[in-house]
Amino acid sequence: MTPEVVRRSVLDGRPLPATGRVKAYPLPFATRLNLRGSPDVVEPVRKAFGVAPPTQPMGSASAGERAALWLGPDEWLLLAEENAGDLMGTLTSALGGVFHSLVDISHRQVGIAIEGPGAARLLAAGCPLDLDARAFPVGMSTRTLLVKAEIGLWRREENFFRIEVLRSFAPYVARILDLAARDQG
Amino acid sequence: MLLIHCPYCEMERPEVEFKYGGQAHLVREPQKATDEEWTDFLYFRDNTRGLHAERWRHAVGCGRFFNCLRDTVSDKIAATYKAGEPRPSSP
Ligand SMILES: [Zn+2]
Repeated sequence: MTPEVVRRSVLDGRPLPATGRVKAYPLPFATRLNLRGSPDVVEPVRKAFGVAPPTQPMGSASAGERAALWLGPDEWLLLAEENAGDLMGTLTSALGGVFHSLVDISHRQVGIAIEGPGAARLLAAGCPLDLDARAFPVGMSTRTLLVKAEIGLWRREENFFRIEVLRSFAPYVARILDLAARDQG
Repeated sequence: MLLIHCPYCEMERPEVEFKYGGQAHLVREPQKATDEEWTDFLYFRDNTRGLHAERWRHAVGCGRFFNCLRDTVSDKIAATYKAGEPRPSSP
């Protein structure tokens, strides 16, 4: 008999904020690739992935479920649907002669959506950045801190953020968000 | 908290995202160095009162090392610049 294997999220069963102003919820499983290289990687990746890695600091680009987030001048996070086929293989051959590093980190971190008119205020409870839309506009993406946890922060809409949290930090981050939301009422 | 301009993010970012990395512009040349120069490189650093060129890393941001000209008396940062760029003339 084949044993049944069930994939569960580390966030299953953990309370997350759900108030009138803001709600947070786990995002679906996704494919995540960490890409490093010079700007020479941009064009081959655009062709093979459908989204060009942005060269603008703290920039992002997306199309459908796929996105490329700037992490540093030679580093990007590529997000794609969970069942992306042989995306590693496709990108590796597209990048054939270009010096690069490409690592599958799909299971390393989890995505959490933070949505609602109170989204920026909720994050501001633990994030040291100025999250006013003038200082951190729609489309901006960066690594930063949420209290003691490193997170990836991407503002998709004025009142919608995606955060990427290292798997082992997810219970801590969920707890921090939930406590902050209760404080803020 | 200090706000530090990261030359790679091109933005002022909060101090908690950074790590201090010691004196900048040290040249490591073990093949050419005399014993005395090598000892200097390994063990001795300036103890500047005033403007000090030092390495910082935007650890919880872009992850890059860069250089910073900071006044060790006032803690005021005069300039930050990318790794590999020369120390700016003192303002
Ligand atoms: Zn930076």
